[in-house]
Amino acid sequence: MRVEKEAVTGGYVNFEIAGRMCRVYYETAGSGQPLLCLHTAGSDTRQYRALLNSPGKSSPPEGWHTEEYRLTSALYVESILAFMDAMQVERPIAMGCSIGGRVVLHLALQCPERFKALIGLQSGAHVNPYYDLDWLHRPDVHGGEVCAGIVSGLVGPGAPERDRWETLWHYMQGGPGVFKGDLHFYTGEGDLRGRVQRIDTARCPLHLLTGEYDYSCTPEDSQDLARLIPGARLQIMPGLGHFPMSEAPQEFLKHLLPVLQRIQTNEGNA
Amino acid sequence: MHTTSDDWLAHRGRWVNVTFLLRKGDAEYLVTLRDGRVQRIAPGPHVMPCWTFALSAGDDAWERFWAAEPQPRFHDLMAMVRFKALRIEGDMTVFMRNLLYFKALVKQLGGQIHAR
Repeated sequence: MRVEKEAVTGGYVNFEIAGRMCRVYYETAGSGQPLLCLHTAGSDTRQYRALLNSPGKSSPPEGWHTEEYRLTSALYVESILAFMDAMQVERPIAMGCSIGGRVVLHLALQCPERFKALIGLQSGAHVNPYYDLDWLHRPDVHGGEVCAGIVSGLVGPGAPERDRWETLWHYMQGGPGVFKGDLHFYTGEGDLRGRVQRIDTARCPLHLLTGEYDYSCTPEDSQDLARLIPGARLQIMPGLGHFPMSEAPQEFLKHLLPVLQRIQTNEGNA
Repeated sequence: MHTTSDDWLAHRGRWVNVTFLLRKGDAEYLVTLRDGRVQRIAPGPHVMPCWTFALSAGDDAWERFWAAEPQPRFHDLMAMVRFKALRIEGDMTVFMRNLLYFKALVKQLGGQIHAR
């Protein structure tokens, strides 16, 4: 019998976000420089399984059923900082994808001193909604099926079948209204057009990695960012889509590891 | 690339019974699905077509979509919607309820529409 245990430790941490206690699941692996990983809208931390294999097991705060969930910039930033405080994580490298790629730009503007470096995957200043988001959350349409259907083309064509369908599986399991609520930030409230120019990469380095086949945050969107933010380093990842760490983890690592190496080297020289 | 056998695709769409219009440039095809299988593809011109939803794109956009290795922006129906190469009209409830199925089905229709 083949048994493989993974060197991953999981746990729950309870802390306050926006005045409400939240029970947040996390996993850690390895030691040394902390790398804080932020998943895409409507998914969970299993997307980073190639890095640390994290199942998403957090619960919404009490009262979630009495209101429509809508992620905002303030709530997102507060959640990240509250998690870092609760876990006593000092100056991590924060890496986020899609909504996570957007929020690292907010972090760069609001509190760059709290991070050693920021990495935006599929990162752009804004995305206009290109379909009616109401389809994502209505009881007469299966939420898991439609959310997976909406994002399936965002996976690059070269993704291994296993990783493609695992990425979609995560979308099939999102709580009702979570994807739509996350997109409130991504397609509206979290708009950073006109503000990204103020990001100072001297205070915190910013690296951008974007998949070629992403039509949500396109390579052009990330190129605009790189043009507007002096010192931001962008790399387009050929053949990849919107979920690089999840849809093609091995290919993604080829792009990520040199970035992490560069961050460590520059810190050593500083 | 992902491949789906006809039987498995029909199984996934086994609750789908609908006629939709596929508009390719000036050409129009009425596609009738019964229990997830293609029952009929009726080429136009149609005098009084009756359909639930329509997928409309230019000749060039469909050719790119049906290419063996589609370019970015033409590799997926929602990608084409995003860049306004494809328009979805009518009552699209059945389309959205079965979005993964329809993406795979329309991909397969390319071979049948080309053969005409």
